[in-house]
Amino acid sequence: MTGAHGGIRRRTVHSHGLPLAVYEQGDPAHPTVVLVHGYPDTHAVWDDVAADLAADHHVVRYDVRGAGASGVPAGRHEYRLELLGADLLAVADAVSPDHPVHVVAHDWGSVQSWEAVTTPGARQRIASYTTMSGPCLDHMGHWIRHRLRRPTPRHLRQLLVQGLHSWYITAFHLPVLAPATWRLWLARAWPRVLRDLEAVRPRPGHPQATLKQDAVRGIELYRANMRPTIRRPRERHTDVPVQLITLRRDHYVSDFLSDGLERWAPKLTRRSLDATHWSALLEKGATVAGMVRDFTTRIAAGHEHAPPDSGELVVVTGGGSGIGRATALAFAEQGARVVVCDRDLESAERTAELCMLTGSAAHAYRVDVSDGAAVDAFAATVAAEHGVPDVVVNNAGIGHSGTFLQTTEKEWQRVLDVNLWGVIHGCRAFGTLMVERGTGGHIVNLASAAAYLPSKVLAAYATSKAAVYMLSDCLRAELAPHRIGVSTICPGIIDTNITRTSTFSGLTADEQAAKQAKVSKLYARRGFPPEKVAAQIVRAVRTGKPVVPVTIESKAARLLGRLSPALLRRAAQLNAG
Amino acid sequence: MPATSTPPAFPYTEQDLARFRETQQLAYGCAEQVAAWIEPGVTERQATAKLRRCLVRAGVQDFFHVPFAWFGDRTAFRHFHTPLQFFAGNRKLQEGMPYVLDCAPVVDGYTADIGYGGKVGDNPVWDRLAQDLKVYRELILREVRARRPLNEVYAAVDAQIAAHGYDNRHRVYPGRVIGHQVTRTTARGPAGVNLFGFGVRTLQTLGRELISERLHGRSPLWADGRASRHAPTPGLWAVEPHIGFREVGIKFEELLVVTEDDAYWLDDDLPHVRRWTHTQEATA
Repeated sequence: MTGAHGGIRRRTVHSHGLPLAVYEQGDPAHPTVVLVHGYPDTHAVWDDVAADLAADHHVVRYDVRGAGASGVPAGRHEYRLELLGADLLAVADAVSPDHPVHVVAHDWGSVQSWEAVTTPGARQRIASYTTMSGPCLDHMGHWIRHRLRRPTPRHLRQLLVQGLHSWYITAFHLPVLAPATWRLWLARAWPRVLRDLEAVRPRPGHPQATLKQDAVRGIELYRANMRPTIRRPRERHTDVPVQLITLRRDHYVSDFLSDGLERWAPKLTRRSLDATHWSALLEKGATVAGMVRDFTTRIAAGHEHAPPDSGELVVVTGGGSGIGRATALAFAEQGARVVVCDRDLESAERTAELCMLTGSAAHAYRVDVSDGAAVDAFAATVAAEHGVPDVVVNNAGIGHSGTFLQTTEKEWQRVLDVNLWGVIHGCRAFGTLMVERGTGGHIVNLASAAAYLPSKVLAAYATSKAAVYMLSDCLRAELAPHRIGVSTICPGIIDTNITRTSTFSGLTADEQAAKQAKVSKLYARRGFPPEKVAAQIVRAVRTGKPVVPVTIESKAARLLGRLSPALLRRAAQLNAG
Repeated sequence: MPATSTPPAFPYTEQDLARFRETQQLAYGCAEQVAAWIEPGVTERQATAKLRRCLVRAGVQDFFHVPFAWFGDRTAFRHFHTPLQFFAGNRKLQEGMPYVLDCAPVVDGYTADIGYGGKVGDNPVWDRLAQDLKVYRELILREVRARRPLNEVYAAVDAQIAAHGYDNRHRVYPGRVIGHQVTRTTARGPAGVNLFGFGVRTLQTLGRELISERLHGRSPLWADGRASRHAPTPGLWAVEPHIGFREVGIKFEELLVVTEDDAYWLDDDLPHVRRWTHTQEATA
């Protein structure tokens, strides 16, 4: 059966006796891309992506069994993954019998496509696989097992977080209640759910008219597959090139679920997109299509990995050493383009050089962040030469130790100029650019555990950092409507050169050098590397976490300050710092 | 802490130094032979076995420590938790991987202790590290010549590593050492027998020195602690700065001659020095 409808050709493919509604567009002579939708969607969720890809691809979509216009399975056993995987291969055989197809899948579509992709010999039929928000259930089973076997705090936290995100899976196993919820309320409320939780603007034709019945039937997907597969995971490897697009604001699938995915899919390319579970397809369809096109073109040219370039532009101030350098490198390793500035140009250039070693583009500038005009000029240069940044890390800062009365006016000025004004200048110059551009972004401000941990010997430093902390809280509220996130990082005791350049009130040069060496040694002994802070910064940007105390002492101080502020006030009298 | 006594006189004659130089040449020669033979698929154990055979064939009677080989991210000692992980394992060399060979042959009591870094295929990170290693060779010599206390030299190396944006990897060695003294071993224990990777004779000599030097307020081990807070002791020092960036590590290890008032590298005709000269000529 073939029909035309707005450039979309419709046909029916039979798989294991069940009719599947298949929709084709674009020139069949072009490479074939098969788009597989998730739950509770139909092929319509791909409208934007398909329209974009149809320009140079033969785009094929189908309603999975039980959804949209496809046939409805007789019972739960007919929703098993083997059959779902076979459906995909049946469609691929029908629409492109001679050439392997590129598969792109989302949510449950991705879960079932993994089944097809990890079937032995899949390489013959599948040229590449782009997956979003849908892990292979077998991989997930192994992921859980591995964490249960090695219950480190990190692993336990990951299990807990993913467990909390998966609450609905448990709910879907409840008899009567789950379908009733959809029938009586959720189907009607779905556009509002998408709008409020998923940042998807309502529009005609979405969600599909068949949503209620699709959602109710689709519950069987969970019931037929979750428990058996996760309880007894199989070893599922694939040599198909896989592109994993992590959606950074996904409420259902955590990014760390893909930890170690290379074990199963060695030809893995990781990319990420600033989108929620559904806004990726319904709001950023063109971006997703661009990533797919990029990947299929690379595969066609004989490459097995896409370039890691995420195209993201990251600016790091004080990027010549310590946390700034580590942060620049961490973003560079994820394929971002990096611009670093530092008062010491040579060190900034060295950072740029190291970033380039990881295969990214990087540029260095000499900027003193305490100079407002210089920061404005820097922002203008960056915008003109590299574009408006997606992420700005206001990291530049100096250390200073001294009690309030010891600290001279000049010293106060210097500490506030760099630590506070530096951040103000950075936020204002780049924040303005980001708001004007209007596509969101993220600002990271480096505060300190001293922001909430008073100490009599850190009067100026702690004041400057507390100001950065509050500034970030206010700015976050202001920039939220512009979808610009603001994260405050409170590192704690980190082994960086801030201690080697810290100044001390009321000491001679010699005493100061001795003190610097002593404190540096103390920090070195603590041995917390800046790379770990950098990893937390990247994570904060990816997840939009507002406040990140990094080390255990930083976390403990924050907790203690809430439990017993009086205790912290008393501890502030200690001569520590 | 015992007071630092006057440093001992430089204990070696020109002939002695020539023998040390010979042994070091022999060690680097064998490392280069193994480097020429090495290829993807070879395991660390196979590489150390080959290195050992090569050295024994060249007349080596005992080892200061057993030969080591590290491949891939093991060159940067990533995920090292126990000293046992220093020993060669089943890691297979792959295209693009860096590797480090480390051996310490003894001939007639003359000890060499060398480190050789290499790579198979293309690895731009390694190229950069290998080039930057030159800075450390010059820095260490300059600082020792100025007779700065050894722990301060160590700190200067650390500062340079931080400026480069690399990691100090020699701190993973037992005692965090960047170097150790080498003497002519005169011990009588059985040659070729080792305990925890160190030759029995080594342990004897080292143990004796640890005690006697300690009595003089010095240490035959060169680290960043209090024990190294003394001017460089005249004699021979095997110096092994080991730097890393991400999954790639590289080192050199060679003998530094410290006399009463000067210092110099025992030999400049070594693979890494020749490599720098080549690149310098190529870019000139």
